[in-house]
Amino acid sequence: MTYPKRIDGRKLNETREIEAKAGIIKRADGSAMFRIGKTVAYAAVYGPRNLYPRFLQNPREGIIRVNYAMMPFSSKGERVRPGPSRRSKEISMVTEKALLPVLNLEEFPNAVVDVFIELPQTDAGTRCAGICAASIALADAGIPMKDLVAAVSVGRVDDKILVDLNYDEEAFEGKVADIPIAIIQRTGELSLLQMDGEIEKEQLIEALKLGQETITKIFEVQKKALKEKYHAENGGEE
Amino acid sequence: MGQISVENKSIVIPGEELASGMEFLPSFGTYRDRDKIVASRLGLVSIDGKIIKIIPLAGKYNPKRGDVIIGKVEDVSYSGWRINTNCAYPAMLSVKDATSEFVGRGTDLTQFFDVDDYLVAKIVNVTSQKLIDLTMRGPGLRKLSGGRVIEVNTNKVPRIIGKQGSMVHMIKQATDCKIVVGQNGLLWILGELKSELIAIEAIRKIEQESHLSGLTERIKEFLEKATGKKIEEFKGEQNDLSQEN
Repeated sequence: MTYPKRIDGRKLNETREIEAKAGIIKRADGSAMFRIGKTVAYAAVYGPRNLYPRFLQNPREGIIRVNYAMMPFSSKGERVRPGPSRRSKEISMVTEKALLPVLNLEEFPNAVVDVFIELPQTDAGTRCAGICAASIALADAGIPMKDLVAAVSVGRVDDKILVDLNYDEEAFEGKVADIPIAIIQRTGELSLLQMDGEIEKEQLIEALKLGQETITKIFEVQKKALKEKYHAENGGEE
Repeated sequence: MGQISVENKSIVIPGEELASGMEFLPSFGTYRDRDKIVASRLGLVSIDGKIIKIIPLAGKYNPKRGDVIIGKVEDVSYSGWRINTNCAYPAMLSVKDATSEFVGRGTDLTQFFDVDDYLVAKIVNVTSQKLIDLTMRGPGLRKLSGGRVIEVNTNKVPRIIGKQGSMVHMIKQATDCKIVVGQNGLLWILGELKSELIAIEAIRKIEQESHLSGLTERIKEFLEKATGKKIEEFKGEQNDLSQEN
């Protein structure tokens, strides 16, 4: 079995359509929406705020707590059981670790920054969309951070190296590797690297390079979303 | 030779390079990465000679010594009160800073302030671990009764107060409301029901339009229209305006 052309007709290095918006959840301290194709992620940030239970407090710096959740109707018609699962706990943790390197939480000892990521609609690449949304939301909340983080999935489907796999590609019969990566904008460092499937060494190197090239486009979308929020409030002036 | 890569007063986001060159100095909300100066907060850049800093547009209240805030009593203990400050850290108000009266051992402290009371208090000290001490000794520091408390973005508080208190003075004058502005983003308003609502509307307007120029004029126009009163020219008020009625 070969994979001559992508199912949705995209080029190998082409992502799905990306859209982002900051400050959409008014009640939260910071929030964002990030959409890539049919995958939609909402992130809301609360805090820094008081942290209980007390044993979680860190007197040296504040902590970040991420909660990733897929909505019950978000999948392909199968109900996703709400509440923490093995998978959602793992993704919450890796998201936390992907965001942590850019945050400066020394100013907030014993406090917590809560990030809630919800996905109303999913078509693979949810953790990447979640990280992108969370990064915008944290900046929108005015949390001190060195940099932005963006994420995208790369991988191989059969003999092709491609970027931003959708669900059908992940489910392709044959050799598939799905590699979500998160990158810190200025330094280009990886803050998330996971893999599902199998891949050759050369292909992996090639895939990561492709991811790094693609991710600059996502940074542009994130920046635009944050700036647009204030331009809109300005009524188009400035 | 170094150069600045952003316009003064433009909106920047974390990770955006502001300037390159060792002669520039990173101040609040920025950091140095080799020869570059990079933003670490969302906000407006302010370039003052060689000093580059960011005026934040978002974020929770950061307690500072000397700030006058509005707090809510969360708990009463033997020797004082725990006050919610609308930030990540509660503050302590001890009996000796709260009143000049003699308070004997075993006195029920709720006769001074009870849970859920709102207070105007001043921060006397903030430690590295963000333990906050408050005092009630000072002009205008008191318990608040009646009226209503609203929450605004803490970063907009300077705009609500205005230059030397001009903005809040204007609202007070137009609506005949008593207003106290806390640096922590809580505002207390007391007046006639209708004028309270006008005052709140004016404050929300300031919050939303604070980066547009000609703000004072627009608020003046709004208040004159809403109250039907002519607003006199502001001549400057004495003392700290966040406190007196």
